[in-house]
Amino acid sequence: MLNKYPLWKNLVILAVVVIGFVYALPNLYPDDFAVQITGARSSTTIDERALERAVSSVKDAGIDVKSASLQDRNGLVRVTGPEAQLKARPIVQAALGEDYLVALNMAPSTPDWLRSIGAGPMKLGLDLRGGVHFLLEVDMDSALAQRLDAYSSEIKRELRDERIRYRGGDVGDNRDIVLTFRDESSRTEAFELVKRQYNEFLLDERRGDESEYELVLSLAEKEIRQIEDYAVEQNLTTIRNRVNELGVAEPIVQRQGRARIVVELPGVQDTAQAKRVLGATANLEFRLEARQDAPSGATEVLPFRNDPNRTARLEREVIVTGNNVANAQQAFDENSQPQVNITMDGPGGDMMNRATRDAIKRRMAVIFIEFRTETEERRVDGVVETVDKRVEERSIISLATIQSALGASFRITGLDSINEASELALLLRAGSLAAPMYFVEERTIGPSLGQKNIDAGFMSVTLGFVLVLAYMLVYYRGFGVVANVALTINLMLLLACMSILSATLTLPGIAGIVLTVGMAVDANVLIFERIKEELRSGMPPQSAINAGYSRAFVSIVDANITTLLVAVILFAMGSGPVKGFAITLCIGILTSMFSALVVSRGIVNATYGGRKVQKLSIGGKLANV
Amino acid sequence: MSDVDKKPIDFMGIRKAAAIMSILLVIGSVIALGVRGLNLGLDFTGGASVELDYQQAPDLNSIRNTLTDAGYVNFVVQNFGDESSVLVRLSDAFDDELAGRVTKDLRATGDELELVSSAFVGSQVGDELKEDSGLGLLLALAVVLIYVGMRFQFKFGIASVLPLAHDVIIILGVFAVFQWTFDLSVLAALLAVIGYSLNDTIVVADRIRENFRKMRVGDSEHVINESIHQTISRTLNTSGTTLVVLIALYFLGGEAINNFAIALIIGVVVGTYSSIYVAASLLIAFGVSREDLIIPPKEGVEGAEKDEQPPEWLNRM
Repeated sequence: MLNKYPLWKNLVILAVVVIGFVYALPNLYPDDFAVQITGARSSTTIDERALERAVSSVKDAGIDVKSASLQDRNGLVRVTGPEAQLKARPIVQAALGEDYLVALNMAPSTPDWLRSIGAGPMKLGLDLRGGVHFLLEVDMDSALAQRLDAYSSEIKRELRDERIRYRGGDVGDNRDIVLTFRDESSRTEAFELVKRQYNEFLLDERRGDESEYELVLSLAEKEIRQIEDYAVEQNLTTIRNRVNELGVAEPIVQRQGRARIVVELPGVQDTAQAKRVLGATANLEFRLEARQDAPSGATEVLPFRNDPNRTARLEREVIVTGNNVANAQQAFDENSQPQVNITMDGPGGDMMNRATRDAIKRRMAVIFIEFRTETEERRVDGVVETVDKRVEERSIISLATIQSALGASFRITGLDSINEASELALLLRAGSLAAPMYFVEERTIGPSLGQKNIDAGFMSVTLGFVLVLAYMLVYYRGFGVVANVALTINLMLLLACMSILSATLTLPGIAGIVLTVGMAVDANVLIFERIKEELRSGMPPQSAINAGYSRAFVSIVDANITTLLVAVILFAMGSGPVKGFAITLCIGILTSMFSALVVSRGIVNATYGGRKVQKLSIGGKLANV
Repeated sequence: MSDVDKKPIDFMGIRKAAAIMSILLVIGSVIALGVRGLNLGLDFTGGASVELDYQQAPDLNSIRNTLTDAGYVNFVVQNFGDESSVLVRLSDAFDDELAGRVTKDLRATGDELELVSSAFVGSQVGDELKEDSGLGLLLALAVVLIYVGMRFQFKFGIASVLPLAHDVIIILGVFAVFQWTFDLSVLAALLAVIGYSLNDTIVVADRIRENFRKMRVGDSEHVINESIHQTISRTLNTSGTTLVVLIALYFLGGEAINNFAIALIIGVVVGTYSSIYVAASLLIAFGVSREDLIIPPKEGVEGAEKDEQPPEWLNRM
């Protein structure tokens, strides 16, 4: 029968609409602004009493508390908005003291049944929430230079051990290492040695200016890429760990391109502090414990990290810093006691070896350096001023006896628990940046601007949507209603898809939604105009509907595919804001094709299909020819 | 808006006048771009900017004096949105602490103000973005040319890409004349315009193709005119709904996307015009004819002018 959908097709439409509805639903329950409380050490947990103290401190400051709850090992205090959240954090921190970490967080308020099927609201981008955005660039030249230096010192040591006489061996300007030999046979020996042990080098034998025998070691392009990748990945890990130290919830730390790292910290307003912590280069030190008779000027007393009452007297001289830690892993020793395996890079291994071979049976300390900002209030000329002070705090995380001379790999034992060991390994890894980084881009969005952008975006979507609905209704009457239902479903599906993909909603993304609303009716307009045309040429209503939908199909597909191609290019080449716009545009095109071709057809079929129709309500004076 | 009359409007009758107008607009835009240049935003130039919200509308000149006294050079102070919002732009891109210092210095004068947003972009990032953006625009046009060339015919490919270039150049020209800030969001708008205008052009081209295969009488000009006539109310309606939401976006979307909305509004107007006049005129100028679009007769298929049928599965829907 003409214009009748089989039952299964109607059911499919219904199913898609219901699923779309369910997954779009969580957006009605936006995340709450909250402060999250966790124990500063893995051993500290938060209980009801601590939570109560936090809540009453916030209430005393005149900030409304929506609710407070304990989850897993965290406490969560929900407040009403971003500004209340910013104000609440220092208050809670002051009330609870140093044993707890207080962080800004977005707490989901989606009902449990929705969360159990994996539905959640879209995430808000920085421009809607407030926060800071950094783009850091890893200094690849120095990453390469560092690695080459490490290789050069290793290879020189090997040559010395094998008693092959050489000259030179330092890193040259062209990122290569040139070794000079007195005769051909020692060069051949060196060639074999390097070839056997360092297959990452390209080897080239040549005669120098004074016809000496030279061996040139250069890195293959692939190897350089690998070193660069390693540097970026390592820095990513470090930054992630440091961001955690900052106490920011839902941070984004991502690689962008070959040498860049994007860091987005929602809710953070103090860029200076964030930059100091992210950009700090060394935050670990290895030092020997001071001898009994050491002069006090050369020593320093430091507390332990997990027990501030315990202290140790250490030498001021630093053996090596966290910069030289290549890797650290938690593991177990022969007696199943937790330990941390540490691998140093070349120079680090050298320095460690030199320092420890004369210090067997002495103890070595691993010192963690924490960068913190303390805010203190000062009274200047009768005005209270808050001053940020950068604090560099050193504490000992481990003090262990040196059993034998250490080299590039060694282990730290005598740790209390697996937790402690993995925490130490993490700190050691977090402590080393593989290469220096500098800031190439920085943006701050204040919390008030974020709220303003949300309101503006919401208003423009609503108004645009209502205007289009009115336009279609006035112009196409009954069919206008069909188009409007399809448009509503389209908007819902768009939100559902973005929520399922957990896409981040940004201001340009909202602009994309608004534009989609305007353009989505295009397919319906094409179809309706075609139906009108067929009616005008004398076709009976049922056939006109059928012809209208099928003839408009080709135009709709062609037009949408080309637009989709442009949107994909936009997504591929764009950064940040452009990407957000492109992704909504892409999804919008797909959902609008579905809603115009399938959903609106379904409604029209259900209304007119399978019966005699004299007149279509499609607007215009020519409709009832 | 009402339905068009049955008697076709003679769109192509004024195509010479339209062509002259288009050429003048494009030349004017190119001159404006050459003489005044684009007022590139921070994203492209690198530099620093600070947006401040004052409790009371401040005097911009006194802000300028304060900044000059504090030793800043090469800065621009302007209102952003309403009178109490101030945007300070500094082209000195080498110092990423700049934004914080500016706020501190201005606060020192005793004015009540709040930092709304700040940005710092290294000049290297800006340069790369400029290159990537140009490349992106060209790539978009090339992909369109290839797709339309394959889907329709080569003449159609050219006839749909040139109007896109026409639209982009005119938008750039308007931005150059009024010195509106051209930033990343405007670039996104440009690409959206390409998508939109193309959409329009394809719908018209699609009808032209269909009519060439269906109509046995009349020359190319007549067929094209008829096709435009048949699609005009769709073209105007879609542009209408899109313009309506864009105007909503312009007035309510906030300062940050004003330029985005403006670029799209110009783009939709120019794009609608260009899909009728530029694309169709080009087809006539290229001498597109029935022979270009005839489907090569297959064995057993009768008549080459049979109009293209949608896939069979669609009819079953």
